[in-house]
Amino acid sequence: MRFSVTVFPGSNCDHDCEYVIRDVMGQKVEMVWHKETDLRNPDCVVVPGGFSYGDYLRTGAIARFSPVMKSVADFAAKGGLVVGICNGFQILCEAGMLPGVLIRNKSLQFICKNVYIKVEQTDTPFTNACKPGQVLKIPIAHGEGNYFIDAEGLKKLKDNRQIVVRYCDPEGQVTPESNPNGSLDAIAGVCNEKRNVFGLMPHPDRSGEDVLGSHDGQVIWKSILAAKAGVA
Amino acid sequence: MGWHVSVYVTLKPSVQDPQGATVQRALNQMGYQAVQGVRMGKFTELEFDGKLSEADVKKQADEICDKLLANPNIESYRFTVEKK
Repeated sequence: MRFSVTVFPGSNCDHDCEYVIRDVMGQKVEMVWHKETDLRNPDCVVVPGGFSYGDYLRTGAIARFSPVMKSVADFAAKGGLVVGICNGFQILCEAGMLPGVLIRNKSLQFICKNVYIKVEQTDTPFTNACKPGQVLKIPIAHGEGNYFIDAEGLKKLKDNRQIVVRYCDPEGQVTPESNPNGSLDAIAGVCNEKRNVFGLMPHPDRSGEDVLGSHDGQVIWKSILAAKAGVA
Repeated sequence: MGWHVSVYVTLKPSVQDPQGATVQRALNQMGYQAVQGVRMGKFTELEFDGKLSEADVKKQADEICDKLLANPNIESYRFTVEKK
């Protein structure tokens, strides 16, 4: 399977994505600089984490106007798979490709630690290899991961089952204590209505091997491979 | 002479503002007990070519705010236009 990873000035998880896709999952990966418009014929585009444009103005606000994002939007409009991780999630929200917005963490602190997330939806190309309700141990590393959407938007997310992953405790219970950043409804990741665009704050790119503390992130990549193979 | 546009971007009332809440707690701790609310926002100054009409400046400023300076999910904006 062919992946393309977009690279912005200030991206810093682009190589984590490259490594997990190529070395752990054994797939082809191309790095696409933000000024390029040719995505190089991918099956899936990954918008990686980092601090694109220094997080100036709002996280992801400037990156969404990079030339490559027009190609990513066109690719998604044709049904292509797009996953945004951390800053990538923020960029996809700013670009209007995903609903909602990520604001400053409730504690105002940058949080870098392993958290637990619960898979709420398994009928997406990004979670089809998960069991319903499966709990994944995956790290977060962000200052602006506090998901917000207005009441009408939240209702729509629920009605369309677009809330894909939520923060929980190790047993899968969603509690106020297990919500690290104040996200509305403990939302850690959402998909679009067509279910081909997915964004999440936790890092499946940094949790592909036990040596990193968890291999639970692998199931997200396995799901994408299964989606391409037509299993899901 | 050019056009000077002052843009104020503020969080919508429904959006939590952890930064504002922290500043309020600090102010209360400093003894300003009367401060009952703090909301943080952004202030931006834009300088436009003076050859544009005021209507054109307003139209462009509106677009700039909608597209980039404010995120309509969480923020609203207003601006003033002056000839300087």
